[in-house]
Amino acid sequence: MTTHIDDDMLARYAGISESLPDAVVWSVEDHLDGCGGCRARLGAVVAPGTAVLVAEVGGRVTGSLPAVAPSRRRFAVVRRWSTWSLLPRLTVSVGALLAVLMLDVLNPYHPSPVLLIAPVVPLFGVAAACSRRDDPAWELVAASPQGGVLMVLRRTVTVLAALLPVLALVGWVTATPLVLWLLPCLTVTSATIAVGSLLGVRRAAGVVTAAWVVVVTAPAVLTQQVPAVLGADKAPAWAATGLLLAVLAWKRADAFQRLTSRN
Amino acid sequence: MVRSLSETELKPVTWEYAVQAKGLRVKAGRHLAVTGLDLSIGVGVHGLLGPNGAGKTTLMRALATVLSPESGTLELLGRPVQERGADLRGVRRGTGYLPQEFGYYPKFTVREFVEYVAWLKEMPALAVPVAAERAIARVGLADRADRKLKELSGGMLRRAGVAQAIVNTPDLLLLDEPTVGLDPEQRLAFRELLRDLGADTCVLVSTHLVEDVVASCTDVVVVHTGRVVWQGTPGQLAERGGTGDPGDSAAERGYSALVRQARREAGA
Repeated sequence: MTTHIDDDMLARYAGISESLPDAVVWSVEDHLDGCGGCRARLGAVVAPGTAVLVAEVGGRVTGSLPAVAPSRRRFAVVRRWSTWSLLPRLTVSVGALLAVLMLDVLNPYHPSPVLLIAPVVPLFGVAAACSRRDDPAWELVAASPQGGVLMVLRRTVTVLAALLPVLALVGWVTATPLVLWLLPCLTVTSATIAVGSLLGVRRAAGVVTAAWVVVVTAPAVLTQQVPAVLGADKAPAWAATGLLLAVLAWKRADAFQRLTSRN
Repeated sequence: MVRSLSETELKPVTWEYAVQAKGLRVKAGRHLAVTGLDLSIGVGVHGLLGPNGAGKTTLMRALATVLSPESGTLELLGRPVQERGADLRGVRRGTGYLPQEFGYYPKFTVREFVEYVAWLKEMPALAVPVAAERAIARVGLADRADRKLKELSGGMLRRAGVAQAIVNTPDLLLLDEPTVGLDPEQRLAFRELLRDLGADTCVLVSTHLVEDVVASCTDVVVVHTGRVVWQGTPGQLAERGGTGDPGDSAAERGYSALVRQARREAGA
């Protein structure tokens, strides 16, 4: 349930003559800080003279502040969604994909190696989403409100956003149907985060990749057939499993709030 | 999207002690480093002293909500944090933390790094540039705000670390070995900053430098084998030492006497 400041409280807050307890004022201001709707309502209840004064002071303050160079802020969003340590991992992942593509093009093999490794390629990057070895500022991030599962999800989305277009391109070149690798890819990523809540994301990525090799890659290489689990008819099962694991990961979000020896 | 606050979040939180721990036990890896610690501290500058391995860093990590307590109770800024589902985000918004191993992104400038931490602490976007500017100026790095972190000396990096810790004007400020790498002049300026911050903030400074504690702290907490063995003012610490205790100052002799006594008691 969410709560906004009621009209009576806003009127009392806006009334300069009436003094509210400090704790109440702080709560109101904390809420106003993040709620545009209540700020707009506050603007409507203050005396007209106050609104004019605030607008005038606001204009002067804004005018006196040093202009922030745009170049400094250009990469702010990228910084929030990734770390530098993701870059080498993404580069290696793209390199591995292109190498497999070359192999597939020069020496066609059935089933396609692209199909057999594509779903687990992002896990190499996801492994760095919450790891003290890969994030120099891991302790600062862990001690912040934006740390924990929010940061894990942000960095995972970054890895997927960077790799899925490359995977799509490689799949298109090798005529590998999207449905055969995309749903398993999203499902193993969800599995990594869900298992990561127990083992740590780095270890979970290793465990899930090993499981993939044992269950999918090795049998496919030995039998030279597309494994049944990658059949087009299994798409609903992959989607349902992925969804279930995503819900499980979200339910276990608290596990990412603290650092353990597993991270 | 505008985030609305829940009733719990909107409820005013008041506290007498910014940190209140009772029987706190915290593990560092597999080793129990904090072993039944009781501590209550409020506004002021509190020095945390103790020999190596006393559990200072583990305690700081638990207070920063990075490590989870094994048992006992821990209340930070009026909120219990040891339970599952505790309001850690609320506590973290009001906390500043400089870890002992201050990790940073070398390609960030000082300003970018401080602004990044401000974002991590969920400060309103409009307030971030001014808050970062002010925090950087307070640690004396205004003229190097646009230098990359990898280009800074050890002392300057430590100051950048303090700047990121104070950017959100925290109610609870945890500084683990903040004076490491600072030259004498910088240390004097830092003591001044600590006294200034302690006027309206609960500042806990973990250090092994008794002279820093005496010069800037209102209160001293001595820990040994994961427990508080003594708490008092710097003046009272100075009175604890005798002429036979090692140390260059009365406070150092007092600290040595307390550690010796704690070792004897632990051995017995």
